[in-house]
Amino acid sequence: MSQRVVITGIGIYSCLGENLDEVTKSLYAGKSGIIFDQVRKDFGFRSALTGMVKEPDVKNFLSRRQRLGMHQPALYAYMATREALELSGLDVDFLEKSETGIIYGNDSTAASVVEAVDKAKEKRDTTLIGSGAIFQNMNSTVNMNLSTIFKLKGINFTLSAACASGSHSIGMGYLMIGQGLQERVICGGAQEINSAAMASFDGLGTFSIHESEPGKASRPFDRDRDGLIPSGGAATVILESYESAVIRGAPILAELIGYGFSSNGDHISNPSIEGQVRSLRMALKQAGIGTDDVDYINAHATSTPVGDSSEARAIYEVFGEKVPVSSTKSMTGHECWMAGASEIVYSILMMQNSFIAPNINFENPDEDSARINIIPQTKEQNIDCFLSNSFGFGGTNSTLILKRV
Amino acid sequence: MHANDVKMSWEEVVEETRDFLSEEFEVDRGLILPENNLKDTLDLDSLDYVDLVVLIEENLNVKLTGEDFKEIATFGDFFQLVRKKLGL
Repeated sequence: MSQRVVITGIGIYSCLGENLDEVTKSLYAGKSGIIFDQVRKDFGFRSALTGMVKEPDVKNFLSRRQRLGMHQPALYAYMATREALELSGLDVDFLEKSETGIIYGNDSTAASVVEAVDKAKEKRDTTLIGSGAIFQNMNSTVNMNLSTIFKLKGINFTLSAACASGSHSIGMGYLMIGQGLQERVICGGAQEINSAAMASFDGLGTFSIHESEPGKASRPFDRDRDGLIPSGGAATVILESYESAVIRGAPILAELIGYGFSSNGDHISNPSIEGQVRSLRMALKQAGIGTDDVDYINAHATSTPVGDSSEARAIYEVFGEKVPVSSTKSMTGHECWMAGASEIVYSILMMQNSFIAPNINFENPDEDSARINIIPQTKEQNIDCFLSNSFGFGGTNSTLILKRV
Repeated sequence: MHANDVKMSWEEVVEETRDFLSEEFEVDRGLILPENNLKDTLDLDSLDYVDLVVLIEENLNVKLTGEDFKEIATFGDFFQLVRKKLGL
């Protein structure tokens, strides 16, 4: 790689809080963002558990035309990106004149599609759907809206890779900057929160039905876990060449030093230990570090029986038993398309504040999780280097390694 | 409630139209006057005409098409088009 790639801005809009300060406090406190949603029960969901964020009111920030093409993914992403740009010291005037792109992770726009199609069916006339629907309905809704709003002039596309979308988006931004093709790329992940988006996933029977205690339902690595809990929001990570960051005097929050990836080439939904191990080893090799250099692993672990066991085995195979591991999904639920980006934000917040956020609800290990070092309670610890895993349907795996600068 | 559902006077239709245009396009209601230019006042681009068709249908139960706007310059022209469609 010819250019060093650093993070100069992060932003978050999640069920743990609507900004970095709120989220830092929630992570430290081990606070769950999971609720019981009666709307889902009435819809016919097997599990009514979900992470929840409120839809932001952006009327004070954006014009009518800018707002019309935005549904949940774009709205959440806008809020996270506003915060990240502000932290990075970037405004529209600068962006318009600079080489700044966007590669954002997103893999659905279900609610807006349903709303548009329902309207057309009711009216029996497509002209009455309105002009905003097409820009809400396309999977590239986030990048098309944000590139317009922030007047971006660089690379501009959406990355869809199921629950590894956010992580791969950062990996692609890393490659763009590393190769000298861009100075700066806005990366991230967005995930809509609504019944339309998650009904078919719920239908697979993979969600936790521990509805009586929402805060205890997401329990990655715990022996008694019974499934994941969907969640959402958006997370933005601004990647920039080290040189550009120094020239701007931008805050350098971390350096991205490794991106590993792999495809299982096997079952569409089952994980593969071998595939995950390849992703982990590729990231370590590219970063040029040993396993002892990693101070913390933010696991993908979603609280499903099979998925968590596979990851525990992969981590043990590559790292052995010492490195501290936690899954922040124990608090957030599974933020799906957003998760790979949000978990980079969560981990940077831990690195900045010298603590490891807990894997809450980890009470009893199973045979596989007993072999790795899972952190069940908040731990004060310096983090100089961390690794974050993301694995998605279709057997897409992504691993990122970041270090303090 | 639509103009076609309950008999509204023409004056009531105009006032209601000024209300929903002002709200949707976020412009001062006082600027929606017969002599003012429709496109300039509402700051319409090509996409906004689609939403204008939706608004008229939803509020007045009148269906306009893109062709209908070819002869429209002012709000006065626009009101007359709606009046003609409503048969008032």
